[in-house]
Amino acid sequence: MKHRTFIWFILPSLAAMVLFIALPIFSVFTQSLFVKHDKVLIEAEVCGPFGCKTEVSVDVAATAEIQKEKPLGKFNGFNTYTNRNHLAVKEVRSAWSEASSVAQFFGALLNLPFYKALLFTITYTFCVTPFVIVLGLFIAIAVNSLPPLFKGPTIFMSLLPMIVTPLVGALILFWMTDAEGIIGSTLQRIFNDNELSLKASKTLTWIMLMVYGIWASLPFSFIVFYAGLQTVPEDTLEAAMIDGANRWERIRYVVIPYIMPLVVFITLILLMDNFRVFEPIIGFSAQANATSLSWIIYNDLRGGEIQYFGSASATSMLTIIGVGLLLVPVLIRTWRDFNAKSV
Amino acid sequence: MFQFKSMVASAAILIGSATISYAGCGISGGNVSILANDFPALHAVVSAAEACAGDGVTISKNHTKEHNSLQVPGLTANPAEYSVVVLANSSLVPLMGEGLVRPLDDLVAKHGGSLQKHQLVTIDGKIMAIAFMANAQHLFYRSDILAKVGVEAPTTYEEVLAAAKAIKSAGLMDHPFAFNTAPGWNLGEEFINMYMGTGADFFKPGTAEVSINNEHGIATLNMMKALTEYSNPDFLTFNSDATQALWEAGDLALANFWGTRAGPIMDAEGSTEEVTSNTVVASAPFLGDGPRPSSTLWWDGFSIASNVSDADAEASFIAMMNGISREMVMANNDLTVWLIDGYKPSATSAGVTATAANGAAPYPMLPFMGTLHGAAGAELSEFLQGSESAEQALADIEAAYNAAAKEKGFLD
Amino acid sequence: MNIKAQQRPAILTLVLVLFVIVWLFIAVFPFLWTFWGSFKVEADFFSKVDWKYAIFGVRTLVETGSSFTGSGYEGAWVTHEFWRSVINTSIVVVSVVVISLTLGTLGGYALARSGYRYAFWLLMLALIFRAMPHITLVSGYLLPFFQWNLWGHLPTTIIVMVAINQPFTLWMLHSFFLNIPKDMDESAMVDGCTRFQAFRYVIIPVMWPGVITTGLFSFLLAYNDFTVTALLLSQENQTMIPKINSFLGSTQVKGNIMFAVSAVVSATLPLFVLVMFFQRQIVSGLTAGAVKG
Repeated sequence: MKHRTFIWFILPSLAAMVLFIALPIFSVFTQSLFVKHDKVLIEAEVCGPFGCKTEVSVDVAATAEIQKEKPLGKFNGFNTYTNRNHLAVKEVRSAWSEASSVAQFFGALLNLPFYKALLFTITYTFCVTPFVIVLGLFIAIAVNSLPPLFKGPTIFMSLLPMIVTPLVGALILFWMTDAEGIIGSTLQRIFNDNELSLKASKTLTWIMLMVYGIWASLPFSFIVFYAGLQTVPEDTLEAAMIDGANRWERIRYVVIPYIMPLVVFITLILLMDNFRVFEPIIGFSAQANATSLSWIIYNDLRGGEIQYFGSASATSMLTIIGVGLLLVPVLIRTWRDFNAKSV
Repeated sequence: MFQFKSMVASAAILIGSATISYAGCGISGGNVSILANDFPALHAVVSAAEACAGDGVTISKNHTKEHNSLQVPGLTANPAEYSVVVLANSSLVPLMGEGLVRPLDDLVAKHGGSLQKHQLVTIDGKIMAIAFMANAQHLFYRSDILAKVGVEAPTTYEEVLAAAKAIKSAGLMDHPFAFNTAPGWNLGEEFINMYMGTGADFFKPGTAEVSINNEHGIATLNMMKALTEYSNPDFLTFNSDATQALWEAGDLALANFWGTRAGPIMDAEGSTEEVTSNTVVASAPFLGDGPRPSSTLWWDGFSIASNVSDADAEASFIAMMNGISREMVMANNDLTVWLIDGYKPSATSAGVTATAANGAAPYPMLPFMGTLHGAAGAELSEFLQGSESAEQALADIEAAYNAAAKEKGFLD
Repeated sequence: MNIKAQQRPAILTLVLVLFVIVWLFIAVFPFLWTFWGSFKVEADFFSKVDWKYAIFGVRTLVETGSSFTGSGYEGAWVTHEFWRSVINTSIVVVSVVVISLTLGTLGGYALARSGYRYAFWLLMLALIFRAMPHITLVSGYLLPFFQWNLWGHLPTTIIVMVAINQPFTLWMLHSFFLNIPKDMDESAMVDGCTRFQAFRYVIIPVMWPGVITTGLFSFLLAYNDFTVTALLLSQENQTMIPKINSFLGSTQVKGNIMFAVSAVVSATLPLFVLVMFFQRQIVSGLTAGAVKG
């Protein structure tokens, strides 16, 4: 394709992305390098409906004076990235030198919020993604073999986990998995353990979140695979049949190579989305046992009355780097495909 | 100087308006735009304020649960998107720190005749907000269950533990106690409540340096841990909705809930007669022989944006005065605990009143309190799960606070 | 791929059908539970006493005098005017899908057909864009939007959602376009078409399975979005999901969860119609036999 044609085709899409994503990312990165100026604190009498007390408060005028000269704040370099609430370089180093065993080191490491979140994020990503891809493909193949009459309703019903907003969906599942809920009490009966609670134990909470994650993303991989199957050319399949390929071989050697671009696509998207896992943690109020990088960002921006943009920006940039590292293998593959394509 | 000029200016506008038109509340014109949280008591206030619309006065509102995220950018813009922001003690300080709300002294002097003295929130002598309702967490107990085990209504947390123990050993309930211990804002609030009961300060006097890793902090954490032993093992997922459902199912005998939850708990919906008729609200308990109840008092009120014209500010103030009028309170008496003249205390508000009467302190209006609140909410779950010592948990809170406070410029 | 034409052993059919049934049960069960429960009171729906209450409506009978109640629906639709949010959501969703797909098909086609390295790097860039957590992006928009008076309006939200959704749309359509044999448009160009004409007359007629699938996801993204809509829309422009969230209450104040549940259930019905309609489109793209290797 000629350069000029290419530009016209891509321009609208690119403009939207540059304006609303690239520029904000740049601004987010800049913000993460700054912290607020030192506030000028004074003691003043604070009175309210419940009496008076002398408290520390901010001298607004004096602080604004400092702010005026440098509106971005105090340049902090990468110190926000390395502080205790992010990469915690100093704390990790001292944990390393103080720890007498590897287990002790990891104990200290996982006491730091960033690494605690990272462990869950990575475990979640690598447990959920393969299940979703394989199960999604199987469901797509199975649904594709149904009589046409059943396909429509089946597709709709398969989409339901995606349609019901996680806001309410997770809330409903939260109550179903309660010790008195239908799933919770059924599990108690199955394992014959009246004290079994999915919400109290760390392991069970993780499993619950992952099962929810698989359930919630399966419709995505199923639908994409299903649409991909529709474009598999029939003559190639027939040729394979004539060559004596059995059912499994036809899937393995004809269908899968044909939908490989979609597999790559789904893997990319799933890795990325799972790495940013966050909604189920809020929905199941599981933050005691499982936190993720996105949850940290959420907590910085929406956890209370005060927003920590610098901190959230730093975690966001670290998330982008994490996603980048995660995608490297898939990207290398795409790169090879790309180069294999003739210009 | 500034105040005097604006008073002259607005007086002139008022005189002018009296001859031209007279809208419902005596506002001559202007744009009022209200940002508020989304619940019935605030709907009542804002709707009453909206009655002032017309004759050149436009009143718009935004009830949203995202008000905390919107208020700083919304008020920073010039002119501000919102002229009135409905807030609480915790959210006023961050806005003030950025200079986003204006002093109300002149407006109160002119239009605030119906306000009671305790409604004025003043900082360094300047009125920064008008409070109109109150809330606090306090004790709920089941009188029938306590009677069965022959225990008096507890007034300290030690007595709460003893009562819980008696209920458990009598075989009535395995997990008779609950409080809102979901990590995050809820758990942070429980920590602050309990620590308040010790009477100690959270910070070194006159500074933003946190000092909770001491015997008061340890006593606080040990009591919280002791209480969770009588709580359902799921306690780390407990928010207000979860604990209210437990109470209404009759699974609890003692609990620490928000005062605003008393109404929904005691009404006929969601629970049996046995539970509702035996639910009693009382003051928040003391921690040992601490000087005040382990709770914090909260108020909700409103402030006026700095970045709006004086005329809009005045229109906004008058509209809000209409919103928190005596008539509004009389029509909506039971929605919450009003701080407004004309409010008649009800059975459901007795807990908040008793907590305040026992001398509970207000939630500290410190600019860095929210930072400590967040750090405590995030760092306590390991301790409560038993995998960390109290000292370590307190050290973690301090470390998390220090890192976050540096970003905000409170610490070097 | 018409498997029906092939001979399939009965046992395999049975396994496949069983597999689908198990999946459907898992996918649908929570929704059916919700649907049934939406006609109960909250004490039954989230029963701490015994989950069987949710099936038999014990508390519903006590509180309303009947085992079923429509009070959740009445509260959401009549008292709280949920229909306003439905209208807003429809506007947002339709605009987002149409704009996203228009930009995305053009861009995705170009990326799939260009062999130059920069196409690859653009795709990579789009991925990096997509990695950015939405909540950080949206929080950054707030101040400029307030300052320039763009905040609160539907068009702003629509454009933001289109932009945020573009990386996904580009990648997905790019993957689908890779599946459409190159010879098709290239032979058209040999016959004298321009690139755009080839796109218009050769590619557009065969791209619908991919476009509709992508559109479905744009649709679901816009429909289910909470972060963008909750922070960027004013109250009168509120869409369904923030509205549902407002039913849920907060720490201090009890919400009305049954309104939220009823709203969720009733919002699903139009989607059923929609999916049924477009499912035919996907299959018709196939039966037209347009895509042949």
